Amino acid sequence: MAHEATMSPLAHADDHHGEHHETPNVFGFWLYLMTDCILFGSIFAAFAVLRNQFAGGPSGKELFDLTNVGIETAILLFSSITYGFASLNAMAKNKTMVLLWLAVTFVLGASFVGLELNEFSSMIAEGNGPDRSAFLSAFFTLVGTHGLHVTCGLIWMVVLMVQMMGPQDLSERMMNKLTCLSLFWHFLDIVWICVFSFVYLAGVM
Amino acid sequence: MAQAHTAHDGSHGSYSAYLIGFVLAVILTVASFAAVMTHALSPGMALAALTVLAVVQIVVHLVFFLHMNTSSEQSWNLMCFIFAAASVIVIIGGTIFIMHDTAINMMSR
Repeated sequence: MAHEATMSPLAHADDHHGEHHETPNVFGFWLYLMTDCILFGSIFAAFAVLRNQFAGGPSGKELFDLTNVGIETAILLFSSITYGFASLNAMAKNKTMVLLWLAVTFVLGASFVGLELNEFSSMIAEGNGPDRSAFLSAFFTLVGTHGLHVTCGLIWMVVLMVQMMGPQDLSERMMNKLTCLSLFWHFLDIVWICVFSFVYLAGVM
Repeated sequence: MAQAHTAHDGSHGSYSAYLIGFVLAVILTVASFAAVMTHALSPGMALAALTVLAVVQIVVHLVFFLHMNTSSEQSWNLMCFIFAAASVIVIIGGTIFIMHDTAINMMSR
């Protein structure tokens, strides 16, 4: 009997302890995020070394548009808080509001990726692509890796929204998935703090 | 049920916690942009200000958005985070230190 309880936590969805305490899934995902931290740390280290290697090409001062960066920062910050509202509504078991806030978060995240792609494509069109200088290679690697993470988060968000409309509803398993995506999404905002501070703002000084 | 919900508010955030975190993050972000865009500080000072503001904002996000705390339930999360943060500091600090020395010795600057 004791075995059955540990083996199938889903059978005890009405047991409130399960959703209040952190599960191994969430802790495992946290460990993944810590390794992701080290990935970004390595790319930041490469950028720190190469940030002055312009090879006669343009520097950050000539390339970066701080208005665009400010808008991107505001969008990500808003999407963090809208995801927070989705989590709070999920705990209150209000599925319609969860879907609504997730949709708002998705739109914000998608517009962030859109702005970034727009910035990248105009830079490449002017001949300042990643092949121009070591500085630009490091820039595209770092900012591109962050953008790729955001894109993955958006795909994940759509999958969860579709699953939530199905039989999974707001089961305990779905709550775990929402918690993991919440950690991922807020973690990406933390990485963006470092990007706008040390890549864009430090780059235009 | 009511008790369960108050326990939630403590460990998984509430509207007020998210709003406090959001306001703090906005203030810190605006301060970062102002430090650079007003040209009030010398480049060295501005970089130092950016670093301090970024670290404070990361802590704000960790506490208010990722709900990190020092409770015993979260001790493993915190320990892993401290280990990862230490690794990142060693990777970035060590890389800058070694590559700066190499650049000086190679006279490539």
